[in-house]
Amino acid sequence: MSGRELVLVLGMAAVTFLVRYAFFALGERAAFPPLVKRALRYVPAAVLTAIVVPMVLLPDGTHWQLSWRNAWMVGALATGLIAWRFSHLLASIGGGMLVFFIYRWLLG
Amino acid sequence: MIQPSHPRRRTEAWTGARDSLPMLLGAAPFGLIFGTLAGPSGLSPAATLAMSLCVFAGSSQFIALTLLASGTGLAVILLTTFVVNLRHALYSATLLPHVAGLRQRWRIPLAFWLTDETFAVVQLRYHRADASPLKHWYYLGSCLAMYGNWFMWTLAGVMLGRSVPRLEHMGLEFAMAATFTGIVVPMLRNRPMLGAALGAAAVALAAHALPYKLGLMLAALAGVVIGVVLEETP
Repeated sequence: MSGRELVLVLGMAAVTFLVRYAFFALGERAAFPPLVKRALRYVPAAVLTAIVVPMVLLPDGTHWQLSWRNAWMVGALATGLIAWRFSHLLASIGGGMLVFFIYRWLLG
Repeated sequence: MIQPSHPRRRTEAWTGARDSLPMLLGAAPFGLIFGTLAGPSGLSPAATLAMSLCVFAGSSQFIALTLLASGTGLAVILLTTFVVNLRHALYSATLLPHVAGLRQRWRIPLAFWLTDETFAVVQLRYHRADASPLKHWYYLGSCLAMYGNWFMWTLAGVMLGRSVPRLEHMGLEFAMAATFTGIVVPMLRNRPMLGAALGAAAVALAAHALPYKLGLMLAALAGVVIGVVLEETP
């Protein structure tokens, strides 16, 4: 590993760790105002949706695929329906993946 | 004090690892492709493995490869890494109330290993009703599984290089989409949560072409604001 690579890796590691650790470092000294506490409750739903929806509707990262030929969309809809009906995570993931792979296989 | 070998700790850790299983599958092709692409982008095998071990952040590792290949300078790569990883600050702020009481020797590694995937399952674990004081062991289990998995697939990519099995065409990445969908959908039982998710989705789609995951960051912030606003409007 060259010196430049070492600086690159250590630099990226430091930057990434600081972003991840900044709030954890505060520990019990941090007291968020009530508004922030309420806002943070929406982070999981907002961020996970923001990751999934483009993955599913633009599977190649650039082109929209709002069509029944899009196995990602069909698989995600199946996952969502199972999750909504049964609220069972493993069943949703397993069922969704089953639909996704069968559907891809059927489409050829 | 509970002894270190207390079976409930191992059970929590094991459950965390097990619940991350679909995302271990989903991350596999990314790790493999990262290991494969690193060499051609100008990164030595040692630096490639060191990056997966020390940085442990898939998106920024991929972007670093692209920037390296195009001859971008170090300062710009580090700045980009910061922007791409900003969302993790949102995750650590969200998890802080649950880990605030832990010692630094826990908080440091748990921060180092905080990824999208681990955040997804761990926030769910913390919201489950049981008052287990050992949920950080679940967190640890998920981290170790994701970390080991990421390193092993990077290593496989580095060693196999171009002769890589066609893992990236199998659609394993869908496992990640399925997990996130399965986690989010049951949360959408009230109007503010639903609004937050729909708003985040709309902004994520509108801004998907923005570089460096900025679209994701904007979408998350928009979703959060919409949730709070809807909470206050009858």
